[in-house]
Amino acid sequence: MSSGCSKLLVANRGEIARRVFRTCRELGIATVAVFSDADASAPFAAEADEAVHLPGSAPSETYLRGDLIIAAAKATGADAIHPGYGFLSENAAFAQSVLDAGLTWLGPPPAAIDLMGSKLRSKELMAKAGVPCLPSWTSPSDASGFPLLVKASAGGGGRGMRIVRSAEELDEAFEGAQREALSAFGDGTVFLERYVENPRHVEVQVIADTRGNTVALFERDCSIQRRHQKVIEEAPSPAVSDDLRRRLSEAAVAAAAAVAYEGVGTVEFVLDASGEFFFLEMNTRLQVEHPVTELVTGLDLVALQIAVARGEALPPEALKPTITGHAIEARLYAEDEEFLPRTGTLDLFEIPAAEGIRVDSGVETGSVVGVHYDAMLAKVIAHGATRQEASARLAAALDRARIHGVVTNRDLLVDVMRSDDWLTGPVDTGFLDRFSRPTANPQAHQLHCLAAALAAAAGRASAFPSGWRSVFSQPQRASYQGVVVTYRHHRGGLDASLDGEPIAVRLWNATPEQVELSVDGVRRVFLVSLGPTTYVDSPLGHSALVEDERFPVPGSALAAGSLTAPMPGTVLRISAAVGDEVKAGDALVVLEAMKMEHAVKAVADGTVAEVLVTAGAQVESGAVLVVVS
Amino acid sequence: MTVLISRPEVLSDERRDAMLEQIALVDAEVQKALAGGGEKYVDRHHARGKLLPRERIELLLDRDTPFLELMPVAAYGSTFPVGASVVCGIGKVEGVDCMIIANDPTVRGGASNPWSARKTGRTMEIVKENRLPLIFLVESGGADLPTQAEIFIPGGAMFRNLTQLSSMGVPTIALVFGNSTAGGAYVPGMSDYVVMVREKAKVFLGGPPLVKMATGEESDDESLGGAEMHARVSGLADQLAEDEVDCLRLGRDIVKRLNLPARDVPTSLPPRYDEEGLLAIASTDLRVPFDPRDVLARIVDDSDFDEFKPLYGSSLMTGWARLHGFPIGVLANARGVLFSEESEKAAQFIQLANSSNTPLLFLQNTTGYMVGQKYEQDGIIKDGAKMINAVSNSKVPHLTVVIGASYGAGNYGMCGRAFNPRFLFSWPHAKSAVMGPAQLAGVLSIVGRQSAESRGLPYDEEGDKAMRELVETQIEAQSLALANSGRVYDDGIIDPRDTRTVLGICLAVIHGTEFRGVRGGFGVFRM
Repeated sequence: MSSGCSKLLVANRGEIARRVFRTCRELGIATVAVFSDADASAPFAAEADEAVHLPGSAPSETYLRGDLIIAAAKATGADAIHPGYGFLSENAAFAQSVLDAGLTWLGPPPAAIDLMGSKLRSKELMAKAGVPCLPSWTSPSDASGFPLLVKASAGGGGRGMRIVRSAEELDEAFEGAQREALSAFGDGTVFLERYVENPRHVEVQVIADTRGNTVALFERDCSIQRRHQKVIEEAPSPAVSDDLRRRLSEAAVAAAAAVAYEGVGTVEFVLDASGEFFFLEMNTRLQVEHPVTELVTGLDLVALQIAVARGEALPPEALKPTITGHAIEARLYAEDEEFLPRTGTLDLFEIPAAEGIRVDSGVETGSVVGVHYDAMLAKVIAHGATRQEASARLAAALDRARIHGVVTNRDLLVDVMRSDDWLTGPVDTGFLDRFSRPTANPQAHQLHCLAAALAAAAGRASAFPSGWRSVFSQPQRASYQGVVVTYRHHRGGLDASLDGEPIAVRLWNATPEQVELSVDGVRRVFLVSLGPTTYVDSPLGHSALVEDERFPVPGSALAAGSLTAPMPGTVLRISAAVGDEVKAGDALVVLEAMKMEHAVKAVADGTVAEVLVTAGAQVESGAVLVVVS
Repeated sequence: MTVLISRPEVLSDERRDAMLEQIALVDAEVQKALAGGGEKYVDRHHARGKLLPRERIELLLDRDTPFLELMPVAAYGSTFPVGASVVCGIGKVEGVDCMIIANDPTVRGGASNPWSARKTGRTMEIVKENRLPLIFLVESGGADLPTQAEIFIPGGAMFRNLTQLSSMGVPTIALVFGNSTAGGAYVPGMSDYVVMVREKAKVFLGGPPLVKMATGEESDDESLGGAEMHARVSGLADQLAEDEVDCLRLGRDIVKRLNLPARDVPTSLPPRYDEEGLLAIASTDLRVPFDPRDVLARIVDDSDFDEFKPLYGSSLMTGWARLHGFPIGVLANARGVLFSEESEKAAQFIQLANSSNTPLLFLQNTTGYMVGQKYEQDGIIKDGAKMINAVSNSKVPHLTVVIGASYGAGNYGMCGRAFNPRFLFSWPHAKSAVMGPAQLAGVLSIVGRQSAESRGLPYDEEGDKAMRELVETQIEAQSLALANSGRVYDDGIIDPRDTRTVLGICLAVIHGTEFRGVRGGFGVFRM
């Protein structure tokens, strides 16, 4: 087995490629990226010393093409391949072909991947090794006791996963999961497992060298999830006592040892309310959320991967790890309030540097967020002396970020970090389902509209006073999605109103980029980016504003009852024909986007007046699919 | 470059308060114009889904750009509502300076009365001189019938003007929101571009009753003059608008396609003194003189003013400056009286401005040319005539602001209304008349006394006192800025603090035209 690692190719993209390159630069290792058509101008591809183009954009044509990746390594003289996470990272055959090509594989032995890759086999193995496991079944007819969870054996990331609460739902859920698993992983095998209601998701980072050392680097708590995907992760887990930590670590080390693990890996457990834990699966790769472990232990897990791959023994600080403070990671996703992925161009992407804040980002200002890959833009990780401090730092960093052009879950993350539920309450995987967000200050949005209008007015400034009138009859008016603001600059200052209500404001300064306004004696700076969508960032929050047409062209408005695509995607099925009577909530069109099915439902009862798409059609976000009259 | 020094002690709180009082008096009259036909008619108009004239104008204009409304208190002092049922002003549409004329349909259906005619007549004059594209927001019931005798015959000039503008290459656009009937039908009829609002515009020579009377034909509004008919059948309408907002959108699109250059006013240094001071320099008591340099220091770029002949004829100040970047020559009365030296200095200065193609700004505060034996014998008439001659035949654009008194032939020499300045504005306390009220009453008294003496009759001192009081009150009332503005003898009364902005807008408009100073075939006469 080769142990060289002087030039490393990352068989991945986005933030994880940049993350690995960072350590490589620190260690003096040359870097190679591979990139698809869609990633031609991505930062990770530009930052590598060399980059190899993989034609096409679909993962199956690019980042899943092991043969092309090994050829890229050969072409550039790379002697090592890091798979990142996702894509080929847990593909034993690929790992084997990397080794067969005489290259260093920055991952566990293929056999370990293979053993852990099957959820069914791995559970049997773990049970033998004395690791606690949940009962499970391979056929719906054998299953007993609800709720149950249907899972894809080859799966991950929540795909193909369904909760079943009654026997009636079982068959449909089983088939649906099979279909989704087949499309996502090329393997339709699914199984059933006892479902623990609102468990905590706790995982233990392990690392093993080739000299027989296997160490647990403590746990991470990944309980905050949506659609079975992690959103917020922290270390250490507030639910884990020293005693429980010791038992978890022992179980994790036992699990790794059972498969003769080498390198970094993660053993996932569910922890129920009583403190009992069960083996879930082992991830045989570097995890997305590895930075929280790095921050509390002070270790560089990528550097350790490289050391292990070179056959070195783990250094003392890894053999005797300690926990310092608390770290929390938030995954910033391009997604809407329904957690549906969103696309667009990041007109601005700025997360200001701050004490205790680490940003692992795959994007930068100007990046295009497309439909081909995961919608995660960046990970923002905060480290503090306490959980409280880390939460405050993370909330502040996200709140001060300026993210324009793409809808994100930023506000949700900030709300969670500042909520009592998070700061004091027990956190489990049902957190987000129960989480009620604080009601936004309605005036904040209105003031953002006013700031946008004043910035726009400043942009139209001439040699004469803005909006000067020899005879004043009415103020200037602007409207943003129905929010009407008026303003008038005059010698005495600024008169303004928000939705018809006069408001006492003082304007200190207005440029097209920045407006300084006092309301009720409090002065705030509103940062404005004018454009087709205008973005306003202030201490009151963030708004993306679209100004209403001053002169709407008659007939240009959408027909009433138009159902539009919530995101770009492919029309999978149409279950409506012209003349059909439909009820509110009926799914009329099913779109596939980001490998998930999204139903477009009727919002009211009515008759289908028009069907504007056919199955298989590619549609843009906002495209009218069906009109119900 | 000479930066004017304006000492703080020229400013007085007392004068500021008095000036603010004058501004408030004018504003009270402006508010009457803004109220249109009053709450009842405004509400009814809104209830019909229609916009007020100034609401239409605000939508038509480019956002946040200035609008200079002209003659807002026309008809003040008459039996007609202040504002004369029409709104006129200059503003930017698609970056182009345009004149906008909007009927106010809440005032007696937007009918045109003699004052409306004078106001629009003056507006058309401005349009012609300055080649401003004209946008007419039409909704008028036609002529005010009780005063038709005063309107009908001269009123035809409107239509001649419209087509003459067109022939000059000055675009005319009629946006028809409602009635435009009888003679009024020729507004769209004579305009280059016509847009009508569906189901609202009505354009016909004779309505159904008149048609019935004339020919016996039964008809209705829509078939006689509806927007749809004109757009589809008669072809009088070029565009059919869905509603008022759509009509304004189409109007803006028309201007955009005129392919006229959008002119930006150059950036310039502001005056070094705060415009607020302009309230506190001039006394509302016109007998109290003030130095126009203190005014200029608050109006011209960087307060930079190079005086011409400062040591000669010092009762009239002349010199060069820039205002919003545009070069100007300034003539301002420093002390009210004009003597021979001042007259000759003015004549020479006006010739120089013509030689250098520089527009002139007249700041009037004059009690007229000096009278008296010595001055008559020295030829004050001949010298005054030189000044009036120069003013009359000068070919560079003139701007006039009455910042105090404007009495006697001083009004003429300092480019009063009859001498066709491109624009003429007044400060709120300004007064214009043939002479001061007391002087005029005194003159009448002396003449009466002489007449009585010559006939050997006793002079009625009681009657004389009453006559003098009556005449003084009457002349005083007639000489007020409001009264003169009501008669459309100026283009508006302005807040002194707005002077720089108003003049800047006017200069920008003027510079949209080509002008060339008069060349007399002689060199400049040194006088």
